[in-house]
Amino acid sequence: MATFQPSLSRPATSVVATNRLIRNTYSLLALTLLFSGLTAGLSMVLAVPPMAYLLCAGGALLLIWFALPRAARSANGLWVVFGITGLLGFGLGPILSLYLALPNGSSVVMTALGGTGVIFLALSGYALTTRRDFSFLGGFLFTGFIVVLVAIIANLFLQIPVLSLVISAVVILIMSGFILFDTSRMVNGGETNYILATVSLYLSIFNIFIHLLHLLGIASGDD
Amino acid sequence: MDWMQLGGALLIGAMLVFLAPRLPAILRATPKASGRQWLAAIVPIVAVGAFVFLLMKLV
Repeated sequence: MATFQPSLSRPATSVVATNRLIRNTYSLLALTLLFSGLTAGLSMVLAVPPMAYLLCAGGALLLIWFALPRAARSANGLWVVFGITGLLGFGLGPILSLYLALPNGSSVVMTALGGTGVIFLALSGYALTTRRDFSFLGGFLFTGFIVVLVAIIANLFLQIPVLSLVISAVVILIMSGFILFDTSRMVNGGETNYILATVSLYLSIFNIFIHLLHLLGIASGDD
Repeated sequence: MDWMQLGGALLIGAMLVFLAPRLPAILRATPKASGRQWLAAIVPIVAVGAFVFLLMKLV
């Protein structure tokens, strides 16, 4: 048979390594999401002010930019990952408190949580089962993300509600693209480090949740 | 403009300063794709958009 069969043409060691990478990434991702939930709950109990969100996000960015690249190849990388996800979860607490205090708040938060889970599982499952290479999305997604950052800064000054809505919708679509991109990088050998893969997927999930919360808050008339 | 907005602008500005210089290298490293490959990526992303719209209608 002259039919090309990519799964059979790959060396067995490569398949084993890929499967181990995927298993380690999803295990660590599950633990970090759980840890984020715990730190979010802690910050809600402590009733930290909304400013904590900015401080935690700033701290997490510093860890991502300066500590993660150095620690990702060692066991210390795990501490950095839990530092990043713990900080982001802690910063999420005040935002969740604000939403939960609204009349329809608990429904909005639970729908955003469930919706984020469905989006992640569906996209990651799609990329894993089709084993397509989505590396061509990199430039498009990165450019889109830069444009969105500029739009967010502009809207901090302009305060246009419709632009805020559009930004949240676009961020969800871009982060969905990043889930396809990151999962396909794991499957096709573009990413071999499970710590870096976990952080990439976590950030996509985190952003989808935040912006879905925003959109659902607006849709329910509470935001 | 309050402190939260100012802090947010500074944070996102820092992200731009850090990320924007990497854009040309990422664009150079990105492979070209066929229309069929784009379709395979766009369909699930459009489905996400439809799902989000549905959630907004339901909530």
